[in-house]
Parts: sequence; structure tokens; C-alpha cells
Amino acid sequence: MYFDSIGELFAMDGHGPYVWFCYGITALVLCVILFEARRRRLGAEQRVRGVVRRKQASANKVKGKG
Amino acid sequence: MSIWTTFHKWGSPRWFYQFSGRLLPWLGGLSLLLLIGGAVWGLALVPPDYKQGNSFRIIYVHVPASAVAMGAYMTMAIAGAIHLIWRMKLAAMVMKAIAPIGASLTFLALLTGAVWGKPTWGTWWVWDARITSVLILFFLYLGVIALHQAFENREAAAKACAVLVIVGAVNIPIIYWSVEWWYSLHQPASIRFIGESSIHPSMLRPLMATMAGMYLFFAWAMLLFTRNEILDRERNTRWVQDIVCGDDKNAESNSVL
Repeated sequence: MYFDSIGELFAMDGHGPYVWFCYGITALVLCVILFEARRRRLGAEQRVRGVVRRKQASANKVKGKG
Repeated sequence: MSIWTTFHKWGSPRWFYQFSGRLLPWLGGLSLLLLIGGAVWGLALVPPDYKQGNSFRIIYVHVPASAVAMGAYMTMAIAGAIHLIWRMKLAAMVMKAIAPIGASLTFLALLTGAVWGKPTWGTWWVWDARITSVLILFFLYLGVIALHQAFENREAAAKACAVLVIVGAVNIPIIYWSVEWWYSLHQPASIRFIGESSIHPSMLRPLMATMAGMYLFFAWAMLLFTRNEILDRERNTRWVQDIVCGDDKNAESNSVL
């Protein structure tokens, strides 16, 4: 490690807050992208299930009539 | 296999879904490894810059975010062109998938740039060519997202977005060469493809790691968003219903075990 202690690594001679903020916000935004992908996946799956349910319901209705 | 067979295969949402499924774990694993490894390397292992001190370490997140934000736009423009010329549905889905990812990365580029500017230039923001053209890139991404939502009809939305994206692509070379064409507070590129880079190899290596990591992350996220779009648009097809409801059956049998 370049720094002598963990304290120095966090302080970075006064530049610590700028540097750590940038790394933190990058990690956060990348996580948000992945969460959004997951959220959309679950939404899409739900809509597919809706189509399948409606299809089964109408098939059952036809069977009931027959 | 002729080029047209390949083209048609790539245009098939079903084939794309299955093929991309095999790539996902590799892209995800490798991108996280490179991003985390590169971040630790850049934060703790390399020595500080002799002029900027430790604030230069922001380069390892700022440059990859900016480069991939521009690369993502070019990918979106190519997808837009393919959709307009050959009416490929999948290209429209890719175009729609890229917009939110590109907007997020451009937001990161602007924000980390501002935070880097404060200790280095003494200001968060200047209206110079580089920074303003990247702000325009951010608005272009937001424009594509808004335009997609403005149309009821999917085809019309894709067509309008493709035109906007292609016209907006003129901004990319402007961003790239802005630091050479105009007097700018922003420094010129440190990495050059032709000629010698002005960055020391010890500082360059972690940058290569986070850069590759960010490109792979973009590819990963683009596939995830495109796959969701495929599931949504093809929900009336049997193969999509089998994938989703097949998962349910597996989950049920797992829960019994």
C-alpha cells in the first residue's frame, strides 16, 4: 500500500472526501443500474404470467361450455 | 455460414436471448473483478500525481465512465441505424435498453468531473467545450428515454428515437476533439492510440483495469436490459411463456425439496 496507515488512506492529504465520494457514487450508480434491471425483469415476468393466466382461463371456459 | 444467415440469426430475439444467457455470468464476474481490483489498485497502491496529489485517483472512475458513456452512445446510434435500414426489431430493443445505462454513466462522468474539478481547478463547473458537450450528451440520452415514453406506438417510437440518436451522434466527435479544437480547462487525453501516452505506466495499468471493467459492465447491463425488453415484447410467444412459467415449476420443485 502507498499509504502508511488506514487513517492516511481515508484522509489522502485532504483530498479524501473528493476521492471517496467519487468512488462511492460510482458504486452506487452501478448498483442502481443492476437493481433497475432486476426490477424490470420481475415486471416483465409478471406480465408474461398474466398472459398465460388469461390464456388458461379462456381455455377452461371453452372446456366448461363443451 | 453466410453473412446474411449470421445477420438473421442475430436478429432473432429468441436466439439472442439464449446466446446472451450464456455470456451473462462471464461478463458480470469479470467486470466486477476488474472494477473492484482496479479501484483498490488505484485508491491504495499507486503513488499520487506529483502535481495534483491524491485527487488524481478520481481518474480511475471518471475516465472509464466518460469513455463508456460515449461508447454506449455510438452503440445506440449503430443500433438505431440498423433498425432504420433493415427494420430489425432487436436493434430497436438494444437502442431502448442502452438509453438509461448511458444516461447513468454520463451523469457519473459529469458528477465525478465536477468533484475532481474543485480541488484541481478550484471550481465545480465551467461552461467550456468539453464539459458542455458532455452535458448535451446527457440531455440526448434523456431525450431518447422521454421520446420512447411519449409514443403509444412502439414502431413509431423506435423510428423517432433512431433518427434523434443518429443526428445526435455528431456530438461524439465534438466531445472527443473538443479539448484540441478549443481552449479548454479540461486537460487533453492522457491515453493516445497513436504516439506516446502522457501517463506513467504504473498509473496507466489500474486505469486499463477499470476501463475494461466498465466496458464489460456496460455489455452486461445492456444484455440484461435487452433481455427484459425481449421478454416483455414477446410475451405472447410460447418460448417466452415456457421460460417464465418453466422457472415457476422449477421454483416449486425446489421449495418442496
